[in-house]
Amino acid sequence: MKRYDLIIIGAGPAGLSAAIEAAKRGIKVIVFDENAKPGGQLFKQIHKFFGSKEHKAKIRGFKIGEELLQEANHYGVEVVLKAIVAGLYLDKEITVQIGDEILHYKGDAIIVATGASENMVPFAGWTLPGVIGAGAAQTMMNLHSIKPGNRVLMLGSGNVGLVVSFQLMQAGCEVVALVDAAPRVGGYGVHASKVARCGVPFYLSHTIIKAEGEEFVTGVTLGEVDSSWQIIPGTEKHLAVDTICLAVGLSPMSQLLSMAGCQMQDTPGGFLPVCAESGETSIPGIFAAGDVSGIEEASSAMIEGRIAGLAAAEYLGFITGEELEGLSRELEKALQCLREGMFAPENKGRTIAKTDEGIEVSHTLLKKGYVDQSEILRFPGVRKASGIHPVIECTQNIPCNPCQDVCLKKCIKIGEKMTALPAIDPERECSGCGLCVASCPGQAIFLVNEEYEPGLASITIPYEFIPLPVAGDKGKALDRKGEEVCLAEVTTVRTAQAFDQTNLLTIQVPADAAMKVRFFRSLEAEPWVK
Amino acid sequence: MGKIKDRLTSMGEFVPQPDDDMIICRCEEISKGEIRQAIHDGMFTLTEIRRFLRAGMGLCQGQTCTRLVKGMIARELGISPLEVESTAARAPMRPIKMIVLGNEGKES
Repeated sequence: MKRYDLIIIGAGPAGLSAAIEAAKRGIKVIVFDENAKPGGQLFKQIHKFFGSKEHKAKIRGFKIGEELLQEANHYGVEVVLKAIVAGLYLDKEITVQIGDEILHYKGDAIIVATGASENMVPFAGWTLPGVIGAGAAQTMMNLHSIKPGNRVLMLGSGNVGLVVSFQLMQAGCEVVALVDAAPRVGGYGVHASKVARCGVPFYLSHTIIKAEGEEFVTGVTLGEVDSSWQIIPGTEKHLAVDTICLAVGLSPMSQLLSMAGCQMQDTPGGFLPVCAESGETSIPGIFAAGDVSGIEEASSAMIEGRIAGLAAAEYLGFITGEELEGLSRELEKALQCLREGMFAPENKGRTIAKTDEGIEVSHTLLKKGYVDQSEILRFPGVRKASGIHPVIECTQNIPCNPCQDVCLKKCIKIGEKMTALPAIDPERECSGCGLCVASCPGQAIFLVNEEYEPGLASITIPYEFIPLPVAGDKGKALDRKGEEVCLAEVTTVRTAQAFDQTNLLTIQVPADAAMKVRFFRSLEAEPWVK
Repeated sequence: MGKIKDRLTSMGEFVPQPDDDMIICRCEEISKGEIRQAIHDGMFTLTEIRRFLRAGMGLCQGQTCTRLVKGMIARELGISPLEVESTAARAPMRPIKMIVLGNEGKES
């Protein structure tokens, strides 16, 4: 039996972060992961993360994963892959399958960072090939370069459903519909908007009645549900699809903790260990971090991991209690920041009528995924001005502020509280650099110039599809719901290292369409267009 | 539930439902009807259903269906899923071949 100061189970964002903090303090640490590659879900995340600088905002998930791995290597963290932890026993002993053997390891402390698994929802035909988890779709596309299907229906309008829908379109799939039984979009409005402006219809208060097909999925029947989740007769709709993606939540994989005898509690968010703020469970020296201790997202998991790593270091005597307190204070503050705003845990299930600024929220956004023309002007990021200026269609209080940091001209104000809505400072002049457009993880910033040429306006949009249009290309200018407004011509296409793969497409449209047009579709349409 | 549910609690007659043939546990191919019938026969906990029907005992070790079966028990009994006793977690957490388990402790 091999002995380590600290054993970490799971090499995802939480586990690796914990390992780094522990190794930094001279702890002999080993990390086991059942997968062939480390990083957990991070390497599937090709989108830019929300948050602020300290949360690595505007950096794409897989890059954060690369950084974490580098850091772990630098501090000499030992990561063992294809190592399946089969049991966690009293006295902090684990059994691990490595190759065709079961090996025993013993740690003086253990951090469980095993993450979560996808929930499924049963309906007639749900076992047909073609019904997959949204995470599976992400694995196929982003890790193995396999297109999951051609015509996809997404069930679930939380951030996973929204983000994966967008990624499916980036991979060349057509997203036929986004469906959720809830009456309101569950995820960030900005994620919904970037899907809606590509023309994806949102079916809220709808659910899947059945998946059709004999050998595999060939279609789906939807139905509208009433307030008690019962299908309203006569509302059935048929859609031809070959893939149904389920994004209906995650369940913590907490079995190892339960097996070890940690005190557990059954909650609406899953079967969770009872933990202190440091992540310590009811058994001294056994810690939990990341999704296994409560579903959040990767940014929180990384901070929780760091805190658990430090707490384990204190438990093992490598740092003092005072040092731990000092070091975790900043981390806990950063974690708290991510748990504020409209999507804060305590707001789960609550209907929010107004933003912190007292502005009535967009109801179309919650029903159809886009902010209606009649609602958009009431938000502080949307101002008409002469010359080129940013239009920020960020209408919910979410913890995110890269736009404020990147604007060299200080045109964009969020202030100290990072959940505040970004506002335009009318005193400052925009240079049109486009950094805000490229840096917004929600792709909610546009540069508009209503006086581009007499009678013509220019609009600069973030663009992350291939093929990338070139100057001179003609196409359709689409509004926020993905409907054609007019024809448009691409005037410039900008790519730069600072934009990190978000291309800036500038199109010209008739001046009166300046506040309507938010997307462009080339006449030689992208493959995912009907 | 935490405590043994009164087995005399009546949940009414077993009424067949049109989707009773829908598979709930994919690994062991256990249908919704079989699970509902088992609940009506007095299996009020996940552990009992596991042992009686093997739902949740297959390749994925209940990763997919545990939540679904829990919801079904709650619905039939008219209680919250949070009141349904959770399953005990036991090693091995993942399906492991007997030949591998036989190779345990050789490192010494």
